[in-house]
Amino acid sequence: MKVNLTRRTLLKASAASVAAGAMFGVSHSALAAGNKVVVVGGGIAGSTAAKSLKRLDPNLDVTVIEANKNYHTCFMSNEVINGDRDIKTIRFDYEGLKKHGIKVEFDHVEAIDTDKKQVKTKGGKTFAYDRCIVAPGVQLNYEAIEGYSQAVSKEIPHAWKAGEQTEILRDQLKAMKDGGTFVLVAPPNPFRCPPGPYERASLVAKYLKEHKPKSKVIILDPKDKFSKKGLFEDAWKRHYGYGSANAMVEWHGADAVVKVDAKTKTVTTASGKTFKADVLNIVPPQKAGKIAHLAGLTNDAGWCPINQKTFESSVKKDVYVVGDASIAGAMPKSGYSANSQGKVCAVAVYASLTGKTMIEPSWVNTCYSIVAKDEAISVAAVYKFDGEKIVGVQGAGGLTPGGDGFNAENRKREVQYAYSWFNNIVADTFF
Amino acid sequence: MKNTKQTSMKKWMGVVLAGGLLTSGLAQAEFDRASMLANTCVGCHGINGISAGPAIPSIGGLSQAYFIDSMKAYRDGTRPSTIMTRLAKGYTDEDIAEMAKYFAQQKYVQVSQSHDAKLAEQGRAIHSKSCERCHDAAGTVAEDDAGFLSGQMKPYLAYSLQDFISGDREMEKKMAAELKKVQDAHGDEGIKALIEYYASGKK
Repeated sequence: MKVNLTRRTLLKASAASVAAGAMFGVSHSALAAGNKVVVVGGGIAGSTAAKSLKRLDPNLDVTVIEANKNYHTCFMSNEVINGDRDIKTIRFDYEGLKKHGIKVEFDHVEAIDTDKKQVKTKGGKTFAYDRCIVAPGVQLNYEAIEGYSQAVSKEIPHAWKAGEQTEILRDQLKAMKDGGTFVLVAPPNPFRCPPGPYERASLVAKYLKEHKPKSKVIILDPKDKFSKKGLFEDAWKRHYGYGSANAMVEWHGADAVVKVDAKTKTVTTASGKTFKADVLNIVPPQKAGKIAHLAGLTNDAGWCPINQKTFESSVKKDVYVVGDASIAGAMPKSGYSANSQGKVCAVAVYASLTGKTMIEPSWVNTCYSIVAKDEAISVAAVYKFDGEKIVGVQGAGGLTPGGDGFNAENRKREVQYAYSWFNNIVADTFF
Repeated sequence: MKNTKQTSMKKWMGVVLAGGLLTSGLAQAEFDRASMLANTCVGCHGINGISAGPAIPSIGGLSQAYFIDSMKAYRDGTRPSTIMTRLAKGYTDEDIAEMAKYFAQQKYVQVSQSHDAKLAEQGRAIHSKSCERCHDAAGTVAEDDAGFLSGQMKPYLAYSLQDFISGDREMEKKMAAELKKVQDAHGDEGIKALIEYYASGKK
């Protein structure tokens, strides 16, 4: 009731401002009203961009095309896997976006005709656009690991796109016997959520310590280092006996898993080692979402090059790529990055539609990882555009202090801040 | 527990959202450097700087002076924090002034959260005697340049008082004197009562 009233007032006010614009001789081209923006993908980046556009000008015609009726956030899904959180708390619908006047279409985008400026869906619809924002996230390259496939992922989940996959892994962990081995196959760079696999290992170990203390987690990693490595290893030492004979977390680096035998849940690494799992979690290598490839927006590495000030594709005019699929300089592929980029992209799209000069951009990334009961760590950075690419602002950001700077009270506070971060970013993105 | 938290959050976020929409609808605003910079804050601090909690404080409606002082204190490390000391180093004086301008234009919205009504009553008396002179209207107005108290996130209030009392965070002499008086007269219970009073959102 209250919201409706406000929306009506707002519509009137906006109509009045358009009229006033005409009266005072502001040319129509200076107004973004009526221009069509189609957003492909309603994840964090796409939804944030759509909301930000409506905030910049409520009269913009913004359509989000999204395949699923609900979005499950990847962030905090590790707490679902270990049973600390109900999956309902990471599930969001699109009613919030609709309330802002954004049109939401549940359909698969099958093609983007960048010459005719049209988006085509599996459902047979065509959407004309003035600007198109492509935010497809990542696609998983199952084929990189022999014996792995989308079909096999029903039994051996990746759980790297949250939802059903998260539930499969949660249920398998719950059913695992005490004394079992949880094997987590980590992906090569670049990939969505760099600290994610290591937070997952931590939270699985937390569950094992509480419920199945004879069990362990083995991480098999193609990389020789990873995000927040020192902090994770220190936490694993203190909480899960890392490095000892009774370690509940083991990390084997610089040796990629190349093969899986799905029947026996046994993986083989490049150096020929084999590991048999009771629960096997394979996070495959990644590249930009499929539609980005179909629309010709990707480079040889499988990601989308962009003008890093505006997020406009380097390949196609009037198409913007934002979030995990984009090559965004020093920014990691994270939920906070996607949110921050969505806002900058919206400003750039608005500027381009109105002929205004782009505002000097600014971004932030903040990632929390919960590593044990009452302990979280974080990494943060402030970013700017250096004329060519997105770079971290010198002297700013960095990790939760470790070593001599370790502070148990602050680690505990970071858990509460992690939950606050979650509540605020989902509100900022979807509500 | 997490579910209840979310429901109550949604309820009052609705009001905040409606308010924000109206402002931006009228002004075609938010196309400036101040909004660009503020956008990087609200992912954690909430839409229009009003936090959905449970711990990160609301910053919408803070006075420019308080905002600028806080950011500079985080930047030079005189105010302790988990993450703000790291993030504040990414901004120039000019950036901070722009952000301050943006958040001063937003409206402070008190959060409704669980509290102990009986302790809150005791807290009211302590606040009137020791805190009200500087924290006007239970610390809900920007004009006193003293930060928000009533209706601010409860864990944040607790962390802040903990840091003042431990000496990790500097405070003005008169505040230190008043805080000592509260502790002498009521012990830790007095501090708890203050937190419950502010958590109650009463003025």
